[in-house]
Amino acid sequence: MGGITEMAVSLAHFLTVSAILLVLGVFGIFLNRKNVIVILMSVELILLAVNLNLVAFSAALGDLTGQVFTMFILTVAAAEAAIGLAIVVIYFRNRGTIEVEDISTLKG
Amino acid sequence: MNWTLAVPELVLGLSGLAILGVGVLPKANTHFACAMAAIGAFLLTAVLVLGAPEGTGFGGQIVSDAFSRFTRVLILIGAAAGVALSLDFNAKEGMDRFEYPVLLVFATLGMLVMVSANDLMALYIGIELLSLSLYVVAAFNRDNERSAEAGLKYFVLGALASGLLLYGSSLVYGFTGTTNFDRIADALSDPTRASPGLIVGMVFIITGLAFKVSAVPFHMWTPDVYEGAPTPVTAFFAAAPKIAAIALFARVLGGPFGDLAGQWQQVIVVISMLSMVLGAFAAIGQENIKRLMAYSSIGHVGFALVGLAAASEAGMRGLLVYMVIYLLMNLGAFAVLVAMRRQGRAVENVTDLAGLARTDLSMAVWMAIFMFSMAGIPPLAGFFGKMFVFKAAIDSGLWTLAIVGVLASVVSAFYYLRIVKVMFFDESAGALDARPAALSFVMTASGLFTTLFFLYPAPLVAAAAAAVASILG
Repeated sequence: MGGITEMAVSLAHFLTVSAILLVLGVFGIFLNRKNVIVILMSVELILLAVNLNLVAFSAALGDLTGQVFTMFILTVAAAEAAIGLAIVVIYFRNRGTIEVEDISTLKG
Repeated sequence: MNWTLAVPELVLGLSGLAILGVGVLPKANTHFACAMAAIGAFLLTAVLVLGAPEGTGFGGQIVSDAFSRFTRVLILIGAAAGVALSLDFNAKEGMDRFEYPVLLVFATLGMLVMVSANDLMALYIGIELLSLSLYVVAAFNRDNERSAEAGLKYFVLGALASGLLLYGSSLVYGFTGTTNFDRIADALSDPTRASPGLIVGMVFIITGLAFKVSAVPFHMWTPDVYEGAPTPVTAFFAAAPKIAAIALFARVLGGPFGDLAGQWQQVIVVISMLSMVLGAFAAIGQENIKRLMAYSSIGHVGFALVGLAAASEAGMRGLLVYMVIYLLMNLGAFAVLVAMRRQGRAVENVTDLAGLARTDLSMAVWMAIFMFSMAGIPPLAGFFGKMFVFKAAIDSGLWTLAIVGVLASVVSAFYYLRIVKVMFFDESAGALDARPAALSFVMTASGLFTTLFFLYPAPLVAAAAAAVASILG
């Protein structure tokens, strides 16, 4: 053994990264007090965590289903982002702000 | 690749595109024509569903069985009534754009795919087609601040729920090696082989679905969205999508995860109990009637989940019967809410119904029937819905759940009866505007069902039993 140790990137590594991304995404939604755009980015982060999971499992299982699923998710995520941004635009037109703290007309 | 099984969905999808094509023609206003075409498409699809053959198609992606037939017909009825409720309201509020019926058609297509899904992929596509359409209709009154806020809140929490559901799906795929419901069920036929990763995946899927049915503790979007969205949109939200999400819940937990009932039963018992209690107590102080109905629907989801928690054939049957009754009494009650207009403006406080019995007796009587039925007072339909699910829970030994349910039902009677008291005994707040015929029709049809259900419940119960038998297999 030289200075380099043999260490393949295993399924567990991918799952760990994906779990970290998921947690970051969820916290990004709930702890974020600034801006709605950050929430949209957090949602994308969650979907990327899922995609990473699916592709890693797909490779480990030698089964293509996971990658097909990923393609569907990528497509739907694009549509979702478009609709999310459209809603943010009409919200901004009405209120003139997209600060998370200001989204509180409805409560009780 | 048996595509004939998907003929109803294909017809509805093509009708949606055709309506969209007509809508964009440069004519003055195509809203009314498009809405009528949408109702026609729903009815045509319902007829096709009734005659649809059984089996699995598209490489196991979708399944057509008694369960999907039962719930698809129910969804189509709810959707058609939802469009009918919106006709006059949209015109008066200046949101009579043709996109509205088109979006509802695609939302309904999503619901049909959801309840006939036999694979996690088809399930996801169905849910997203529904959700993406609903985000837009929630914000449909785009010049209204509250509608825009409702759309934004619904979008953020709905997207989070989809993300969690997908994360769960990815874990289930990884630990069973398949996304097909039948093969997941095979892989889990020996529950001792269920790995912790798979259980985590299943819990994530339950979380995502609980968001969609707005069960406590994932209900926080519901009151805001119901209050902020235009009233016909709220009526639509409370009807068909609820049925689709609950039906999907039943199929996923009863089918692929049926052998893990010991693992999910506790979770469902807890969320069901919390939903019933929160629905009963949080609605008491509400002045806005749409917000009140939001808490009421959270409570009803709790009651329906009692049937799922029982994890038995009788429980699932009770769940389906409950959802049919819930759909019809809710459509009727929302027809009254949509009719609440005074001097050309929509009013939505409980006090705006004051003295309704003196100015519009028939509407007050129907509303009183819906309220009594939701409170679960015999012999109205709502009583039987609750009786079926509580009976199933007791037969499964869930005494605590049944007792909490009955107590929550008593507490919730307080706010339902308060509405009746306001309508019949308070000083009149002035007459409401004359209501269009479509609202009277929906009100009368669902009122008659709610009142007369006890005379002849057998066909509905038998259809629900056949539907359940097809998923529990």
